[in-house]
Amino acid sequence: MATTTITRTEPLVGKRIRRREDPRLITGTATYVEDIQIPGMHHACILRSPHAAARIRSITTQPALDMPGVVAVFTGADTQGIGPVPCGASLPGLRVPYHRILATDRVYFVGHAVAVVVATDKYIARDAIDLIEVDYEPLPAVADPEKAIAPGAPPVHPEWPDNVAFTFHQEGGDIDKAFAEADVVVKQRITSQRLIPTAMETRGVVAEWRPGEKSLTLRSSTQIPHLMRTLVAQMLSIPENRLRVITPEVGGGFGSKFNVYAEEALMGFIAMKIHKPVKWIESRRENFLCTIHGRGHVDYFELAAKRDGTMLGLKLKLIQDLGAYHQLLTPLIPTFSVLMMPGLYKFANIQADITGVFTNCVPTDAYRGAGRPEATHGIERMVDILAAELKMDPAEIRFKNFVQPDEFPYATPTGLSYDSGNYAAPLEKALAAVDYPHLLAEQAKAREAGKLMGIGISSYGEICAVGPSPAMPAGGWESATVKIEPTGKVTIMTGISPHGQGEETTFAQIAADELGVDIDDVLVIHGDTTVVQYGIGTFGSRGTAVGGSALYFALQDLKAKIKKFGAMLLDSDDILFANGQCICNKTGKSVTIAEVAGASYRAMKLPPDTEPGMVATRFWEPPNFTFPFGAHIVVTEVDKDTGDIAIKRYVAVDDIGKIINPLIVDGQIHGGVAQGLGQALWEQAVYDDNGQLITGELMDYALPRASRMPWIESSHTVTPSPVNPLGVKGVGEAGTIGCSPAVVNSVVNALQPFGIRHIDMPLTSEKIWKLVNAGGQA
Amino acid sequence: MKREISVTLNGKPRTDEVEPRLLLIHYIRDVAGLTGAHVGCETSICGACTVAVDGIAVKSCTMFAVQADGKNVLTIEGLASNGNLHTIQEAFWNEHGLQCGFCTPGMIMVTKQILERNPNPTEEEIRHGLEGNLCRCTGYQHIVNAVKTAAAKTGA
Amino acid sequence: MIAHIFEYSAPTDLKEALGQLASGGKPLAGGMSLIPIMKLRLAAPEHVVDLGRIVALNYIREEAGTLHAGAMTTHYQIESSPLVRSRCPLLAEAASHIGDVQVRNMGTIGGSAAHADPAADYPASLMALEVQFRLASSSGERTVSVEDFFVDTFATALQPGEIITEVIIPVEDPSAGVSYQKMVQPASGYAIVGVAARITKSGGKVTKARVGVTGLGPKAFRAKAAEKLLEGTEGTAADIAKAAAAVSEGVESNTDLHASANYRTQMARVYAGRALSVAVSRAT
Repeated sequence: MATTTITRTEPLVGKRIRRREDPRLITGTATYVEDIQIPGMHHACILRSPHAAARIRSITTQPALDMPGVVAVFTGADTQGIGPVPCGASLPGLRVPYHRILATDRVYFVGHAVAVVVATDKYIARDAIDLIEVDYEPLPAVADPEKAIAPGAPPVHPEWPDNVAFTFHQEGGDIDKAFAEADVVVKQRITSQRLIPTAMETRGVVAEWRPGEKSLTLRSSTQIPHLMRTLVAQMLSIPENRLRVITPEVGGGFGSKFNVYAEEALMGFIAMKIHKPVKWIESRRENFLCTIHGRGHVDYFELAAKRDGTMLGLKLKLIQDLGAYHQLLTPLIPTFSVLMMPGLYKFANIQADITGVFTNCVPTDAYRGAGRPEATHGIERMVDILAAELKMDPAEIRFKNFVQPDEFPYATPTGLSYDSGNYAAPLEKALAAVDYPHLLAEQAKAREAGKLMGIGISSYGEICAVGPSPAMPAGGWESATVKIEPTGKVTIMTGISPHGQGEETTFAQIAADELGVDIDDVLVIHGDTTVVQYGIGTFGSRGTAVGGSALYFALQDLKAKIKKFGAMLLDSDDILFANGQCICNKTGKSVTIAEVAGASYRAMKLPPDTEPGMVATRFWEPPNFTFPFGAHIVVTEVDKDTGDIAIKRYVAVDDIGKIINPLIVDGQIHGGVAQGLGQALWEQAVYDDNGQLITGELMDYALPRASRMPWIESSHTVTPSPVNPLGVKGVGEAGTIGCSPAVVNSVVNALQPFGIRHIDMPLTSEKIWKLVNAGGQA
Repeated sequence: MKREISVTLNGKPRTDEVEPRLLLIHYIRDVAGLTGAHVGCETSICGACTVAVDGIAVKSCTMFAVQADGKNVLTIEGLASNGNLHTIQEAFWNEHGLQCGFCTPGMIMVTKQILERNPNPTEEEIRHGLEGNLCRCTGYQHIVNAVKTAAAKTGA
Repeated sequence: MIAHIFEYSAPTDLKEALGQLASGGKPLAGGMSLIPIMKLRLAAPEHVVDLGRIVALNYIREEAGTLHAGAMTTHYQIESSPLVRSRCPLLAEAASHIGDVQVRNMGTIGGSAAHADPAADYPASLMALEVQFRLASSSGERTVSVEDFFVDTFATALQPGEIITEVIIPVEDPSAGVSYQKMVQPASGYAIVGVAARITKSGGKVTKARVGVTGLGPKAFRAKAAEKLLEGTEGTAADIAKAAAAVSEGVESNTDLHASANYRTQMARVYAGRALSVAVSRAT
């Protein structure tokens, strides 16, 4: 029952409708950046540093320039006039290194761009790279954030020898009192390893300069076309209204394309220099070396509680591996972790200290969840550690501490206001789904038989619909324009920039319902700064909650205008607008939306105080975040001989508010869980002590594969959000955030007979095997 | 030195001069202009570039165009006939077997091979068959559903 | 992603190919290993001799107690061949574990053996099967046993200009039990360790045990100590455990990101136990 046939009068919102994006994608006719061909187009290839830290003594480019087909070679000396790669975050005392688009006298991480070749053919451009000679003087490097802040560590940036980019302190309630009153305090060091986002499409840019118009067009695989326009215009010192950013089809982002990178400005610079279009497509190796990584936390938690399981307070010392530079939001990401610290629990006292640390690695930044998975992993692990300490059931201790349904809006000690929730409901539903008492009995039997069976629970919360503008460096609102064309067809232009999330479908569902038109009459346009009004973009589970709400309000404006025209055309002041028609309640006479739209453009006659046309634009500022929540239960079995983990059951109950399209929501949950599971079990970006990325290819960085994914049993509870008119909360990150603690809790639970209380991710078979067989440390 | 190759691409014969080092994926995309198959890695892991050469599913980033000389190459663009979607395409659409769509042409092409060799695969056989194709969006569950649905339709 | 420039030829005749190889050409079989390393510019042959058009190198036939597989026979052809499945099931089982559908469609038995990747699947079974390789160069032909063939990591007995033309596999005793068990490296799909086992029983005793191991050391090898320990026993769980424990004897284990030397050694023992258990249970 994948899809439902819809009869015209049924509402579309809430239905499993197959996506309107798909025909072009399943036939291979969609256009991604690499698919773009422009006459005269040249190709760029970038030479990157093989060293994590080195001085550049000299660069010899002539042999490359001499190669037939090579048009230009640029180095950092040529691009000094271009502004730095932007960091949008500001924190008190933040040290911001000047991030040039090409390195000049020094490189700071393996993959740092040093020179660029432009040629008539991409094969020639690649060949010419090998002819550039760079004389490096290698310097000591540091890749581990804890080592980087230890005395005597090599400085990443010589001007800041302690490698500390910032410190950040936040407190709520009375933490000292909480810990003084506690019966028990549990402490644990918990890491969230560096991950590589690995969108299946790497990044890419096509830049086209039209000298006659003094206009630059960038086609880029990004999640934020408008922000990119603003920022790249500043970098290149060109008027923003002469820069057009188009996002063609985008093959996944997961946060890695919620950024502005050196290559966008660099390609613009090249196109303006050579007066030819130029294309750069990132290789997978470059993607691993140069596109942002995610996570990179070392967290020290302390949780204070009463003996009855009542949690009193939580302390966190957070060490964030920032990498060598700040990308767009790098330093802000760990502050989201602090906001998320209390999870779904009612304790009033928190204290957090972040140390942001430079390392000779590619920068970290937003990756699916962006700070919230790290925090949720921490609190959900700490709750289990506390439960084990107090010999309480992990479900019971959660129920005991949940914020209760009558306490919303709920003010957290981190300064948030949780919108709505019934936190026990998904956990109850998940426990029922697995028949928890029966499962516990099964586990007891399995243990008697010498089997290592684990049950793991997470009851997670998250911060979505990012976000109110004050929480964001460049605005957290979203925009929508709805046009009803003279023939009654509906065009929506949304400021978000979906790349797989399905808003061409869900927004059409919303519009079709509101206007009473056929869904086939609705077209959703996005991702072109010349066509679409300014918008913020797609990230932070905000597309539908914020962008959809802007759409909703624009539709309300249009409905009011439609009724005005309907009243005029029907010569009535008692008008009903339903099913795409204005109906006079007295006479029963009606006009269709197409007739109304036509009349509004012909404008032979206008209603009082009404302009011609049928267009509405809304910029909607959300009054708050939304706070989805849920419970995941994972049943595992550990193979004693090998340390392999088998996932026997995966139950996910997510409350994401109202659901527009259950088919799409299922897909978001599955994909989110896959990325959470990837972190829990397999994925890790590993740098060696010299800052070389050991997991530099898909041969060594283990993504989840079909054969390794469990069947995900997904269901929901529905608590509408009062924050927006749609009642939605957001779903993009839920699966990822709920997953990793449930998996780790399950495996730790399986290893309880060995006295194990914590294991850091990824739970590789070797790590588990060592714990089981040597009784040693992982 | 360039060599002349003749390939029947989605049923249409063509002849081109190519460098021996030109990868089949670049031949299909850049020379023939069919951009449905994608490049997702350079180590033959991701499968986004999967096409059929003489009915055999291959990763076209791990084959030189000269190796396809004289052969029939089928890409995602050649799957629908007379404007009608192939059963597998329809199944991916109905089951929401894709999100960003980048891996999808490869997924569909490998599914074709899986079902040609085993018209009624079990879930385990499907997952094993998809081993050479990575998807970062779907968690594979809807893809597995799509393959099952396509198998049921094809069998019916 | 883009290889260095090279000259290319695709002879249809073996002799012609051998002539080209004699003058320094690099043989291209299925390309599953060579092409990726050329794309990463870790290999840059000046002349690539594509063996893909030599029809005479692609066959599976049975002759007087042996199976003969042409070097260009693909993993899929081996995996799906009724002849191989019935006459030499271990080889078919091993082939089915290699890579993925697309890799098995292109990769060849000769190419895989010649590449001698220490983590490749095939060599474990080729060792356990005691196959012979038929090698040819412009100066003649010779036959080399599998044990002499694999020399070291990525190193074989092949001389410059020489290729494998055929793999000669003894037809399996129909009463034998065989199994290939593999611990998969989660990213690449290669073997962290892979163990191939063949067991023949008679009168309730193991009369012949053959154990081939891949992934553990610098090259695939026969675990002869393990074989000896098992032969003559009844093949009980205890017998198997004793034999499996000896599987790593005398081997210096590989270590990498995915498995330390100690863990690999232990896993070789575990997987040897598994392969032997299955093989013993299948032997009649």
